[in-house]
Amino acid sequence: MHNQSIASLLAQLHSRAISSRELTTHYLERIKRLDPQYNSFVTLTEDQALKQADAADSLLAQGNAHALCGLPIAHKDIFCTEGVRTSCGSKMLDNFIPPYNATIVENYLNAGVVMLGKTNMDEFAMGSSNETSYYGPVKNPWNVGCVPGGSSGGSAAAVAARLAPAATASDTGGSIRQPASLCGISGIKPTYGRISRWGMIAFASSLDQAGLMATSAEDLSLLLNTLTSFDAKDATCIDEPIPNYASTLSQPLKGLKIGVPVEYFGAGLHPQTEAAVKAALAQFESMGATLVEITLPHSALSVPAYYVIAPAECSANLSRFDGVRYGHRCKDPQDLEDLYRRSRTEGFGDEVKRRILVGSYALSAGYYDAYFTKAQQARRLIQEDFVAAFKQVDLILGPTCPGPAFAFGSKTKDPVAMYLEDIYTIATNLAGLPGMSIPCGLADGLPVGLQIIGNYFAEGLMLNAARQYQQATSFHTLAPANIA
Amino acid sequence: MDADQIEKLAKLARLNIAPDQVAEVADRISNVLRMVDQLQALDTTGVAPMSHPLDAVSRLRADVVTEPNVREAFMAIAPACEDGLYLVPKVID
Repeated sequence: MHNQSIASLLAQLHSRAISSRELTTHYLERIKRLDPQYNSFVTLTEDQALKQADAADSLLAQGNAHALCGLPIAHKDIFCTEGVRTSCGSKMLDNFIPPYNATIVENYLNAGVVMLGKTNMDEFAMGSSNETSYYGPVKNPWNVGCVPGGSSGGSAAAVAARLAPAATASDTGGSIRQPASLCGISGIKPTYGRISRWGMIAFASSLDQAGLMATSAEDLSLLLNTLTSFDAKDATCIDEPIPNYASTLSQPLKGLKIGVPVEYFGAGLHPQTEAAVKAALAQFESMGATLVEITLPHSALSVPAYYVIAPAECSANLSRFDGVRYGHRCKDPQDLEDLYRRSRTEGFGDEVKRRILVGSYALSAGYYDAYFTKAQQARRLIQEDFVAAFKQVDLILGPTCPGPAFAFGSKTKDPVAMYLEDIYTIATNLAGLPGMSIPCGLADGLPVGLQIIGNYFAEGLMLNAARQYQQATSFHTLAPANIA
Repeated sequence: MDADQIEKLAKLARLNIAPDQVAEVADRISNVLRMVDQLQALDTTGVAPMSHPLDAVSRLRADVVTEPNVREAFMAIAPACEDGLYLVPKVID
């Protein structure tokens, strides 16, 4: 069952050829058997999942169930789940049981979707390798000596190992696309504001966006409509019409103009990654698309701009963790200052502390204009590059990451080396544009991701292009060995 | 970034840094700051800072009660509370 498309699973659920309980049990059994070697789940919600599956089966028997009813998925542990521990990969929230659901969790619950459990992640979504999780690193199912990427490494590894047909995820600087690339699966980060952030634990609020991971663009399209809803509880959620993403998947690509940024094929790109991405571009050309060389001249500034803006916003967002209202509290505080400082020092890991310190510095008196304002100005120039490019082209394609999955520990000593892992993904977050990663080949035997960047609210076109590519090729069907 | 600056920053951020870690933290943060210093070479004359990708402004809503009272649910997950109040160490003698 775990090698079938979501479309096929849904058809069988609705025709009653399989029950949600059977399907859910199948995945729970796989998680219990295989996940000890990957560590992709931090919480398995078995009892709750089986209850939800039985409820879904009753609805399916009545014949008028939601299209997604009975399908099991996993949620990244950044999304609040009522009554189920939501840790965000941090000791700070190891004891946090939210009294409410994130809007996207509620959307899937209302559709009858079953939650298998919560997936591991870099602490507070700060990392590109999953090595900063309080619960230990996730292992890449393609090679357990390699990282799965991050921060949504648990969701990516779970989908890659076929422990869940799909998983929710979030992307602040590449946290959906980079792990999707490293684990050989498909992932989408929609336009900033397209998906509600309510109940998604905040890292950098002007960049954070919820999204999805699955094994194909078709699967993503079937789940995306339920992820998307206008939500008045998120002041940045945008009230735009929501197209039926699955309905435009089969449009031909003839006449499509694809921009290929010269800056995304420079030094530092693994030769086999470059070869796989170029072969994918040729494939799009053979399907009727036209390739147009474009330039995004401020690309080199996206990593520095991001590492001012994201830490600045994180230092403000994470000031809420003070040991008073919820989360970790130190023992025997001497005074209020000691309570704050010791609770935070004990609760946060090294990378989170580092980013809070950098952010505090960038926002402090005397440095605000030189760092924060300057970075926000660079951000506008980066966005204007994309606005100009989208006057000439419909989509922008390039590599998702500079290379395939890397060994544990190889980039942990130097934060800047780790930050460069997101060199091709960060600019889309700064601009607020939607981005995807889909598998397009192998480098050193490990998956390579093709990044698809769309104009604002062009998720339908991106999924359409990805689906046409996946109908003509089979890279998305490649799976790690040893997951039978 | 020297030890004094790190201690000042840590105070602002309400964090403690163990004395034997100050040098390493200073070193790593200096690396990050050197990287972001690339921004200083950029000419940004006349460029408006961008705080929202779509330059959207906050929506206003009618001034009516829309949320139920969830006080008890939120107090129930607090580390220490009494009579509906959060408990912290004594602030005023």
